[in-house]
Amino acid sequence: MPHDHHDHDHLSPSGHPYRQDNDAPLTYFQRMEIAVRELLIEKGHLTPAEIATQIDTMDARSPANGAAVVARAWTDPAFKARLMENAGDATREMGFDIGPLHLVAVENTADIHNMIVCTLCSCYPRNLLGLPPDWYKTRAYRSRAVREPRAVLREFGLELPETTRIRVHDSTADMRYIVLPARPPGTEDITEAALAKLVTRDSMIGTGLPLAPENT
Amino acid sequence: MTPKGNRVRVKAMYPPGHVRAPFYLRGKTGEVERILGRFRSPEQLAYGLPAPEKTLYRVRFTMAELWGDAAENPADTVDAEIYDHWLEEA
Repeated sequence: MPHDHHDHDHLSPSGHPYRQDNDAPLTYFQRMEIAVRELLIEKGHLTPAEIATQIDTMDARSPANGAAVVARAWTDPAFKARLMENAGDATREMGFDIGPLHLVAVENTADIHNMIVCTLCSCYPRNLLGLPPDWYKTRAYRSRAVREPRAVLREFGLELPETTRIRVHDSTADMRYIVLPARPPGTEDITEAALAKLVTRDSMIGTGLPLAPENT
Repeated sequence: MTPKGNRVRVKAMYPPGHVRAPFYLRGKTGEVERILGRFRSPEQLAYGLPAPEKTLYRVRFTMAELWGDAAENPADTVDAEIYDHWLEEA
């Protein structure tokens, strides 16, 4: 038996506890969302198909989009210059539909490590990278990232020397951020597409580094 | 408009409602890292009110300024976007 749960009465045949059905009444805001959505449809402003398409569009966005942007910046100095000047426009130039997103790229160097947080809520460059990881929205990450970023990074397995300056970016208003990680050593001869595979989601949030080429 | 590099302080005011200046930065002094442009103020947009355009700044604070002796590394920094009406010259 792979699991050691004690209360065997509440286990499914797989050995996991049953998840409770979500039978609670709708919350105020859930009712509000349904009411507004139904009104928009009833009055002809939106169709159910348009809503489903928009959900599909959002679900199709993923960190792979950002990884492609990072790999382009690593291989094309003129693109990198445009990315640092206006990351939103540079991303649109690559063909990504990011809507009205105002994107700022911040670059990791030998002396500087950048890390992104939204202390007020959960601002994240969703239009490029898709939905944020659950931990990004937790009170623990949001409050600790600005107070003790080094301790947080250590928990992510990243121990930075005291001589590296950490720049935390708090997305408090209209801009969204992407970290441009440093290109890993030993990647001089690999293609842009292979480089993109080294770029992890966390390396674009700043809680990780790109993979080393031998780890892919 | 405050130029890049100027020292600014986040006003230590505590209005109720939807505001985008985090509590931990109120009363703290930093340096304008860049000027981002003009945006409609989310503090009015949140309530569906007429929202005037305001200048948005990125302000850089040192950990020493934010947390004093409790800072992990005093020279590390936090950058945040702060609207014009929250800032005063320092």
